[in-house]
Formats: sequence, C-alpha cells, structure tokens
Amino acid sequence: MTTDAEVVAEEVPAEESLRVGGWRAVARKEIADHILSGRFVVLMGVLGIATAAAVFAASGGIRDVAPNAQGITALFLKLFTVTADPVPFPLIVFVGFLAPLLGIMFGFDAVSGERSQGTLPRLLSQPIHRDEVILGKFVAGLAVVAIMLTALVLFVSGIGIFRLGVVPTPTEISRLAVWLVFTIIYVGFWQALATLCSVTAKRASTSAMIPLGVWLVLTLFGSFIFGAIASVLSPRDGSDAAEIAYQQTAQTVSQLSPVTLFQNVSSVLLDPEVRTVGLVTVEQVDRAIVSELNLTQSLAVVWPQIAILVALTSVMFAAAYIAFMRDEVRA
Amino acid sequence: MAASTIRSRKLTKTYGEHTVVDRLDLDIEAGEVFGLLGPNGAGKTTTILMLLGLVEPSKGKIEVLGLDPRWHPLEVKRNVGYLPDAVGFYDPLTGRENLRFTARLNGLEDFEDLISSLLELVGLAEAADQPAGEYSRGMKQRLGVADALVKGPSVLILDEPTTAIDPEGVVEMLALIQRLAKEEGVTVLLASHLLHQVQTVCDRVAIFVRGKVVAQGTPHELAAVDKRGNIRVEFRLGGEPSKGRAALESLGTASGITPGRVPGSWVADLHSESLAPAVSGLVSKGADVIGVHRLDEDLESIYRRYFEIEEEQEEVPA
Repeated sequence: MTTDAEVVAEEVPAEESLRVGGWRAVARKEIADHILSGRFVVLMGVLGIATAAAVFAASGGIRDVAPNAQGITALFLKLFTVTADPVPFPLIVFVGFLAPLLGIMFGFDAVSGERSQGTLPRLLSQPIHRDEVILGKFVAGLAVVAIMLTALVLFVSGIGIFRLGVVPTPTEISRLAVWLVFTIIYVGFWQALATLCSVTAKRASTSAMIPLGVWLVLTLFGSFIFGAIASVLSPRDGSDAAEIAYQQTAQTVSQLSPVTLFQNVSSVLLDPEVRTVGLVTVEQVDRAIVSELNLTQSLAVVWPQIAILVALTSVMFAAAYIAFMRDEVRA
Repeated sequence: MAASTIRSRKLTKTYGEHTVVDRLDLDIEAGEVFGLLGPNGAGKTTTILMLLGLVEPSKGKIEVLGLDPRWHPLEVKRNVGYLPDAVGFYDPLTGRENLRFTARLNGLEDFEDLISSLLELVGLAEAADQPAGEYSRGMKQRLGVADALVKGPSVLILDEPTTAIDPEGVVEMLALIQRLAKEEGVTVLLASHLLHQVQTVCDRVAIFVRGKVVAQGTPHELAAVDKRGNIRVEFRLGGEPSKGRAALESLGTASGITPGRVPGSWVADLHSESLAPAVSGLVSKGADVIGVHRLDEDLESIYRRYFEIEEEQEEVPA
C-alpha cells in the first residue's frame, strides 16, 4: 500500500509546475465566462446603439460649426466632447456613466458568485495561492472592460472618419490612448469596490447595491457633500478671500471623489485647450492667449488627479485582496 | 516522523468561546479508508479544512504526507483531492469543462483522455457535455469525485460523499472508494453522518462528537467494545435454564446476565479477553454449551449510545 501511494505521489510533477501562474487559469476561465455571458451580449448591444446615437449627434454638431470655425484644432477629439440636439450629453459623459456600471457588473459577484454556487471550497483546494483567485478575476474583468472600451473608441473613430472625413492626428491618437488607459483604471476602481463588497456581503444583490449606491451619491450629491465639508473646513463670511478659500477647499475635497477625478482628467486629456482643473479667477484668464497644450503639458496639468485615482484604485484593490485573504472558507 | 499519511496532535480550533475541534489526535495510514463519523456540526468539515490548510488551527500539529499544510499548502493541495460537502460547479459550463478548469489549475497538460476516463469511471460519460447546472445533486456529487481525482491524488478527502445519492448510486460510490484504496493505494478520509452507509468500506472509523473523538478503531472493534472494554455475548446452554444461569454467575467475570431470545440462552457482558476462559470454565463446570454467539451491535447503535452519553454529560451541569 505504501509503495503504491508513493508511486501515485511521484506521478504528479512536483516543484516546477508550482510556479505556473494559477491566476492565468482563473483569468482565462473568467474571460470566457464574461464574454459568453448574457450580460456581455446585452451590454455590447446597448453600448453600440448608445454610442452610435451619441457619435452621430456629435458629428452633426461638429459639421454645423466646422465651416465657420477656421482655426479649430483637435477637431477629431470633438467627437467625444461635443453633442448636439437630440442626444443630451457628449460621449465623454456617457463613458463617465458607463465606467462605474461596467466595473460593478464585472466585480459584484466575483466571490459571492463562487460562494452561492458552492464552488469556492473546491477552487481553494486546488494547488494555487488564494491571491491568484482574486488577481485572476480582477485581471479578467479589466481585460474584458478594456476590450469593450477599446472597441467603443474604435467604433466612434470609425464613424467619425466616415461621417466627417477627419483623420485623427498622431497627437489625438495618443491623447485617446492615454485617456483609454485612464478610463480602464477608473473602471478598475469600481470593480475593486464591487469585488470588496462581493467578499464581505453575503448576497450578490447586496454586493451590487452598495457600489451602485456609492456611485449614485457621488454623482448626484457629490457637489453638495463637498460644499458641506468645505463650509465646515473654511467657513464663508461674505468676504472675497473667504469665498475663494471656500471654493478652493471644495475643489480640493472633490478631488477625493473618483467621479470628479474622472471628469477633470477626461476634460483635460480630450481637450487641448483646457489648461486647468482648478479654480480660475477672471484676472487669471484676462488676456490669456488661447492656445493648445501638447499631451505632455496636459498630463502635467492633471498629473495629481491621475496619481490620486491610481492610488484610490490600488487601495480599493488592496482592501478587496486583504478581505479575501482573511475570509473564512466556510459560509 | 511517523509514516502516517495524515497525522494530527491535539488539533484544536476555537471560534471565540466556542470549541469546534477539541484536541484531536488522528493517525491515518497510507492506503487506508478512514471514516470520520459524527452528526452534523461535530466539527468534521472544520477538521478537513484544517488538513487542507484552508482554516488556521488554533492549536496543535498537523501533518499531511509529512508536510504541515500551514506552511506548505500548495504541496499538500497538489496531492490531496477534496470533495466538499454540497459540492458546486460552474453552472453554465459542462461537466467536462468544469474538470478542464480544475486540470488547468493543477498545471496539467494533455488532460483530455484523463478527463474522459474519469467521467467514465464515475458514470457520467453520457452527461459529460451537458451544462453542470442541469445535473442532479447526485450527479454533481459524482462529478465532484471525478474532480477530486483529476490531480491524481495520493490522498482523497471526501466530505459527505453519499448524501443526496440514490441507494444504487451509494453502492457504486462506495465500491469506487474501496477500489481506489485497494487498487490505487489512495488513502481515503471519509467524513459522514450516514454511518450505516459508510461503515462497510471503512478500515477504521473515529466517532466524532462535539469536536472530540469518543471512540476509534475498526468497525468490528467499535461495535463490540463498550467503554469498559466489554463485549456482549449470548450463551446457549442446554439443560435446566436456571442451572445455566448459575454456572454463568459462578464464573465471576460475566455481568448483566439477562435471558436471551430463546429459552436456555443467556446474554451477558464480559471482557473480550475473558471470553475463552469463560467458555472453558462453563465446560469444566459441566454446563452443556450449545453455542456462544458474540452480539455485534451495528455502528448505528454504538453511535446512538455515544450520543446519549454525550447528551447526559451535557445535561448534568444544566
């Protein structure tokens, strides 16, 4: 008996295959699951229709102004930032709405789904580290999001080229690429938050509702909350100095919200004429020459915001990671 | 270190004030089928999770294949196949796809033939390409056994493997477990509360109640030996019944003598080592010994008896 058991044990390749990344096997399965899932198909359909509507409206708007606007630069990027009558908001705002939803959609049942299907003990009894499970799931979700957003940008560009006949310049392409990477990180924040909830919440519905609630509050009541915090930190007394201090505090506080960060960074990255995200007084812009920033300059403007968002995403992922490592396997 | 495949010493797990596993000593030898039997909530699953390194023990030592699962979880999990209680699968994936995922997690390559043969082994060859969501509980259980075998384990830990399987399936499952142990030399740890089902395949069992092992041994040993080490024996004696009883009483080793099922037979408890002297003693006293029959209780009644003891103890402080 003993010898038989030893033979069986020896058949298993021991050390060398321990190094094969188990997270890749997890990610591979998760990506396949996402792409074959009903929600992905529905999402792509809705996304396609919404994008097409937005981009047709934008290109219509651009056509209207283009003839009498001689010196307009970065015309191609206007596809993302301009809208016209029937569609209420430009694409950039649409992506701002969409990104949190995508993140939540690919994160909320990451762990709670395994738990409710009863697959978690089986998964964790395989020879992979526990962190590979959460890493694989996170990478898979972001990979699918990256595919969707890239497809969306290419789709918009295609329609833009076709309708407007404007070909993007290399600068515009690099601006779009940087913005795309930034948007994926932004989705990553929401996905990490949803994953954290999926570890701690007992039910998938709870873990979907919490990040959705956070998103709604930050989107709808964000400015109200930041104003309230600012009025405590630097109260207004009617003087101009106090008013400026208040506005600046509100501005600073708002930079802790990923929603605000995304709006600020997007507007700078996709519009070379925007040269600040902060408070600007009339004196400061008086006789300023309207000119374009290059990408490096635009990045310099929003560098702090990008850093904060990367930090927020990392912290959120670390929280989800730690919660999962400490999680009891038993339900 | 001892050669035991699974070994624990004073293994303890507490959650706050509540002790789930209490100073558990286990020694499971290679190639043996070991039954961990106890009611739900006795701490069986917690023990298993500690053996797999998925739950941190509060105190005590564990060795699985000579390794501590706390420090070498991957090596342990590479060689230990685990069928969890109420096993689940990814519903949209077919049975075969679920096994492929497990094979990839184990870093295997060229696993298609292995998976087909395992599906064949557990009788799911026909349902292999149906989504696992359409499987019955029993089918999932069988797929779970195949899943645990994908890695070619030398140790198999099965948590409630026969629950939710129809009686015919239970027989097949038990035959499979026995075959794996005897032919492949796989060490099997089987946790169950359905002891009448599993006692037939276990080489040894431990009765596990409220985190403690209350009895351990072969089913045969357990069945007859009570806490005083006595066995229950039926003596069929010819001649006058009362003389037979007197002869038994005069031995001095038999206690609790009661009439047996037929006239002239007496049931008595005595220590297993004093059985042979008792028979020769009876013969030398001139008793007409027609038959001596050891009344093996089935595990069920032992099990119940231990529960009763436990419950009495529980009631005393209250």
